[in-house]
Amino acid sequence: MAKITASVYTSHVPAIGVALDLKKDHEPYWQPVFKGYEKSKQWMKDNKPDVIFLVYNDHATAFSLEMIPTFAIGCAESFTPADEGYGARPVPVVQGHPELAAHIAQSVIQQDFDLTIVNKMDVDHGLTVPLSLMCGDVKEWPCPVIPFAVNVVQYPVPSGQRCFNLGKALRKAIESFDKDLNVQIWGTGGMSHQLQGARAGLINLDWDKAFVERMVKNPAELATLPHIDYVREAGSEGIELVMWLIARGAMADVSDDLAKIGKAPKEIHRFHHVPASNTSVGHLILENQN
Amino acid sequence: MSLHKPYLDIPGTTIFDAEQSRKGFHLNQFCMSLMKAENRERFKANQRAYLDEWPMSEDQKQAVLTADLNRAIALGGNIYFLAKLGATHGKSFQQMAGSMTGMTEIEYRDMMIAGGRSAKGNRVIGESGDAQVNRQPQGHGTGKLLD
Repeated sequence: MAKITASVYTSHVPAIGVALDLKKDHEPYWQPVFKGYEKSKQWMKDNKPDVIFLVYNDHATAFSLEMIPTFAIGCAESFTPADEGYGARPVPVVQGHPELAAHIAQSVIQQDFDLTIVNKMDVDHGLTVPLSLMCGDVKEWPCPVIPFAVNVVQYPVPSGQRCFNLGKALRKAIESFDKDLNVQIWGTGGMSHQLQGARAGLINLDWDKAFVERMVKNPAELATLPHIDYVREAGSEGIELVMWLIARGAMADVSDDLAKIGKAPKEIHRFHHVPASNTSVGHLILENQN
Repeated sequence: MSLHKPYLDIPGTTIFDAEQSRKGFHLNQFCMSLMKAENRERFKANQRAYLDEWPMSEDQKQAVLTADLNRAIALGGNIYFLAKLGATHGKSFQQMAGSMTGMTEIEYRDMMIAGGRSAKGNRVIGESGDAQVNRQPQGHGTGKLLD
């Protein structure tokens, strides 16, 4: 049986990818950011998963205004890093896990979440920057990845509650897969940032820290936070943080079935830094406990 | 009954909802076309001719030609689409975001290094923060992405 062993949460700022690709990671501006992920990279080596289920948002890359799926699961064999206008990032092609992805699609749709199945798409910085932060500069990614894209570009985006509930459904789906696989679920995006208008550059570190604390201790209550609070307090692009709730909802201490509520996860690492370009960087690793 | 839009009272912020998306469809789809290197080259060689291939309004074309991202957003553009235009001009997300504040690149960068813009006074229209309409522009920039 497959199981979720851990969840990882991180910002996916495009400039972090640029800094890595141009080998600027040791410059004074960037050094504090990457220092915050040193422990994480070691943890990844020590706890290599068989599959990463990676929740991110497409930034008008694979999905233009022609089609805007709210939740899209990548079922392809591989996913190519996209050219977002600067040329593609020089990072490895992402290998998928079509068998598990198809299983999850079937299970989650039957649990009343209307996923869009995607059999061909390129992946942008939303997916590749978290992989770079957690795995470093590698020739190939350490394991297959199932991309799971959430619409946070065109309003209305899914609510925090919907995302949290989807996490619960994903856990059921993964735990009903026959093969023994160690699966990590990652929630990416955020934290506070705004990329537009006279309010561009908004950062709310106190709010971000409180968000992470609630994410760890009381995610069910955090899930009820309305959209407008994210936008007002954490900036128009801070709304990406609803994606963290998908990963959190898939952890063992969350379930609608009392018999399935396990222990609270163990916190392995927590990190905050301001700024990376326009953004407040936040990062958290939670491990399920047997 | 009209749709409830609780986000209209936030200063200096345009939420990209279905109405904005409808207004900006061709503008944003033009931006998407810049994800191909050959299109970027063709656009840079003759911006006006390239824009004329798209059924955009003249106002939208002018916003692109003058690299005025605030104007483009008011006309239905979205920052993640407009980022392809910025990338075509070799600009970073920080340069794009900063251009919309009326600050110079250095002024905006320094604000971010100092911890970014505070939410205080910038949560609701009519407060006294630096994103409020009566405090624009915020610095010595041109308000455009290109000088």
